[in-house]
Amino acid sequence: MKLNLEKMNGYSVIFIHEERIDAHNSPELKEYILHLIEQGDVNIIIQLENVRFIDSSGLGALLSGYKNAIAKSGKLALACCEQQVISMFELTRLNRVFEIYTDLKEAFDNEA
Amino acid sequence: MCNSVLQVDVIIPTQTKYLDLIGSIGEHIAKDIENFLGDREALAYHLNLVLTEATTNAIKHANNDPKDTVRITIHIQDNELNIKVYDHGQGFDLESVPLPDFDQPRESGMGIFFIRTLMDSVTYTKQPDCNILEIIKYL
Repeated sequence: MKLNLEKMNGYSVIFIHEERIDAHNSPELKEYILHLIEQGDVNIIIQLENVRFIDSSGLGALLSGYKNAIAKSGKLALACCEQQVISMFELTRLNRVFEIYTDLKEAFDNEA
Repeated sequence: MCNSVLQVDVIIPTQTKYLDLIGSIGEHIAKDIENFLGDREALAYHLNLVLTEATTNAIKHANNDPKDTVRITIHIQDNELNIKVYDHGQGFDLESVPLPDFDQPRESGMGIFFIRTLMDSVTYTKQPDCNILEIIKYL
């Protein structure tokens, strides 16, 4: 899983540099987020600008991160999703769970 | 309405690194289907997703033999797109897979929901030498 982490405005922002999140790389993403939360970085934004495909295991990895962040009184939001990717959240009603922002600025403005 | 015939037959090892390949085949097919009047980009994503989910499912249910394989066939004739995914594992009961609980979402169990929602027919048949997940989409 190609990704990098930047600390911005008090958030840990994970930039995903993959076009696909599927059952091949989602376990790694799930572990990465979990590890981050265990280290105390509980306010997370995941930047999905490069992601053009996500499957059920990818959604599951993000949901796992969301639940773990909430359990530690943190938050996990998403930013820069392509429409096709957003439609997967809509189909599973996970758009009611996640805050999904157009860009990082909107995320920082609203999560502050 | 599509009149041409297309048949794709792929066999892969039971490894998730091949999901990209299988999904991409579905996406390419959707983009090349002749005389399709619907939303081609949506169909491309949906075929990518359904093939990815079905193949993941077959890999998950495969036996532990490292030489085990998953066979995927895609057949288009007239206006019917038919996908068959063959696995050699113990199989599962498709009818017992519940709908996701949207109010209390879980991290797993959405794959079959995607296939059922996006396609027109899904069946799972256990045969002596393999199991077949058959998916039909009317174009």
